[in-house]
Amino acid sequence: MMASATSAFVPAFDWSTVIVNPWMIDFPITFWTVLMGFCVTAACGLVGNYLLLRRMALVGDAISHSILAGLVIAFMIFRTTNVWVAMTGALAAGFVTVLMIEFIHKQSRVKPDAAICITFTSLFALGVALMSALESKGNIHLDAECVLYGEIAFVALEPPFVFAGREMGPPSVLIMALVLLVIGVMIFAFYKELLVTAFDPGLSRSLGMRTAVWHYGLMAALAIVIVFAFESVGAILAVAMLIVPPMFAAQLSNRMRPRIALTVLHAALSSVIGYHLSVWLVCSAAGAMVVAASLLFVLAWVGTGVTHRLRRVETSDAVPERA
Amino acid sequence: MSTSGCRNLRRGGPQGVAVLLLTIILLAPQWAAAARINEISESNLADRAIRFFAFQDPSLRYALAGSMMLGICCGLMGTFLVVRKLALMGDALSHAVLPGVALGFLWNMTKDPLAIFVGATIAGLLGAGTVQLIRNTTKHKEDAALGFVLASFFGAGICLFTMIQNLPGGNKSGLDKFMFGQAASLGRGDVLLLAVVTVLTLVAVLAFYKEYSLTSFDSAFARSIGLPVQLFHYSLMLLLAFAIVASLQAVGVVLVSAMLVIPAAAAFLLTDRLGMMLVLSAIFGMTAGGMGAFFSFVGRNLPTGPFMVLSAAAVFVAALLFGPRHGIAARWWRQRSRAERTQRENTLKSIYHVLEAADFRIEGASLADLAEKRRETLEEAQSQARELERHHLASLRNEVVSLTPQGWQRACEIVRNHRLWELYLTNAAQIAADHVHEDAEIIEHVLGEDNVRQLEKRLNYATRDPHGKLIPGLEDIRQGRSALIGTRATGYGGGGPKP
Repeated sequence: MMASATSAFVPAFDWSTVIVNPWMIDFPITFWTVLMGFCVTAACGLVGNYLLLRRMALVGDAISHSILAGLVIAFMIFRTTNVWVAMTGALAAGFVTVLMIEFIHKQSRVKPDAAICITFTSLFALGVALMSALESKGNIHLDAECVLYGEIAFVALEPPFVFAGREMGPPSVLIMALVLLVIGVMIFAFYKELLVTAFDPGLSRSLGMRTAVWHYGLMAALAIVIVFAFESVGAILAVAMLIVPPMFAAQLSNRMRPRIALTVLHAALSSVIGYHLSVWLVCSAAGAMVVAASLLFVLAWVGTGVTHRLRRVETSDAVPERA
Repeated sequence: MSTSGCRNLRRGGPQGVAVLLLTIILLAPQWAAAARINEISESNLADRAIRFFAFQDPSLRYALAGSMMLGICCGLMGTFLVVRKLALMGDALSHAVLPGVALGFLWNMTKDPLAIFVGATIAGLLGAGTVQLIRNTTKHKEDAALGFVLASFFGAGICLFTMIQNLPGGNKSGLDKFMFGQAASLGRGDVLLLAVVTVLTLVAVLAFYKEYSLTSFDSAFARSIGLPVQLFHYSLMLLLAFAIVASLQAVGVVLVSAMLVIPAAAAFLLTDRLGMMLVLSAIFGMTAGGMGAFFSFVGRNLPTGPFMVLSAAAVFVAALLFGPRHGIAARWWRQRSRAERTQRENTLKSIYHVLEAADFRIEGASLADLAEKRRETLEEAQSQARELERHHLASLRNEVVSLTPQGWQRACEIVRNHRLWELYLTNAAQIAADHVHEDAEIIEHVLGEDNVRQLEKRLNYATRDPHGKLIPGLEDIRQGRSALIGTRATGYGGGGPKP
């Protein structure tokens, strides 16, 4: 029973359908989906590098959940699904989340981890509750599941953005690329400040940097990235990519510049591999990209573990000789 | 903490309530199973509310019993998560069970509660093991490890779910109910499973209460007396996985962690005792579960999870704001009353200083002198004098503030505390005499009588502070202002207790 189910469940791997055809026959879909995956992953990963250093990896998780409440409330107030309205609502929700976590943590004896959990689950619950209330009134159909794990493959089906008579591509991909560009420029321009405030708040204060400003600046960047990622690919890809690429990079390097490069490399690899995985298994592309990204981390994890082990064996061999 | 915690284990209160909870749990499935079958028809909100309280619908009974038991077992487990600072472990594990749910469904392509339970439990334990492994073998911290497990397992789960939807018969699997929960879709098997898990959790917590509380609060001590700390940690993780998996159907993957953490955090704000916290947390969880089922039913099969979590969040907010000891309102009130008392005592001290400047020959301080002393306007000085009058510490007549015996005593005490502390800092801590005033300004309001006795003894019942001013002794305080006229009073040298 199990065996027969499995054979139907996992399609046979066929080189031409899984690897070649997507780039030959379905080129536009493949190209835009992979590009979207890369932009989201790289943008999230770049911001995530600093979150990882600040041990705030799960704040991204929190914000991406609570943004739902912001989207729904913004819709209820303005009665439109305009992207800028949604953006404002989501950004506000992001800030409310950060402030609520700090409020609960500072004003009561609840520990920060519990404060994070309480805040984002409550806001997420509020979002889902409002959404289902709207849905039951028949006002709108917002698909909660779609919000959660999105469908990145749909971006290629959007009507293309036309500029000066030429089709430039699906607007959400272009916006995401723009976001990635802005994040990249910001990191390039404020490299020193971001690094010092993440590593050594005391030193950064003594150098005259306003740590709170950089903290909230990073939070704002996080919220913006998540909102745009959320719009098209769902929360789960955004959350995963805030955490996994930085972990991959940190596993392989201790220095910031190589880490940034590794993050981008990881983004490219995981979006391509993930897309082919989803074509092969006929499953959610966003989910498959997360799986690919995780597997890459596991590879780096095992790889560094093995090299460490080898090095230790070498040194332990060397010790008796010296003795 | 650990020893006092242990001593309180065997108190009757929590155990009595625990027995009560156990009875409810044991009765609930019977009561649900004994339902008569009625058809569900469309009606308005009020009718549905009435129907809810009539407990006529069998699906409603299952939903309500399931939701309440879910609240109890999540509340119990959540208490340990909160005191062990593992709140986000609940979040990570609840996401990590998703691939297990999918694999359990694939086992024979039905929503067999047992298969899903087994698959999800295995996935949950795998997730907990991965977190531990990452922490032990890499430099990544706990939060990154949790985030990785959460994201990668959830991603894998999403893949499996979308693959199932492509299978014949997978489309109507109803697996999407696992995302946000639908208590109305609870079947007899699900409710029984919840009951078994809840009873198991309750029994484990009662049987090993001492061990769990000890390993939670002081694992080093627990290890030193030979308790297998790791074993208890993993047994808790196993129970946690059970609780999460059993609750999935009713509250959904994303919001299980909320049912684990929010009731427990609310209980944490209300009590300092673990036993009481467990009981409160279970009660809050049960209430939230019931409310969630109610709103879900009244609102025509809305998802249950969000409403449960919002009910729990309302309880938490109430505890956060109005908790008797740790609540924001209580603390604000305490701070305010302390600030007011400090203000009064400072006014008393200024009055003493004014009297002292006149060698205690005058009855009371004039408002003008007081205002000058405190560098304030006349109106402010007057309002402070009124404040003193309200507390029977002084009387205000003809612009002159005279202290009552009570006020005199308090004023002497404050001045004495201040000057004793200054002397103590200069003598014992070798701080320059011109640096001690600010410190004494703060401590004078909080020194208790016992500390004062000790200070007096250490300073050999000195009579003069570092600035040469008189330190009023017990006798001076007792005899009142007239005893100090012309500074004839000699502090400890005269009527004070013999050294």
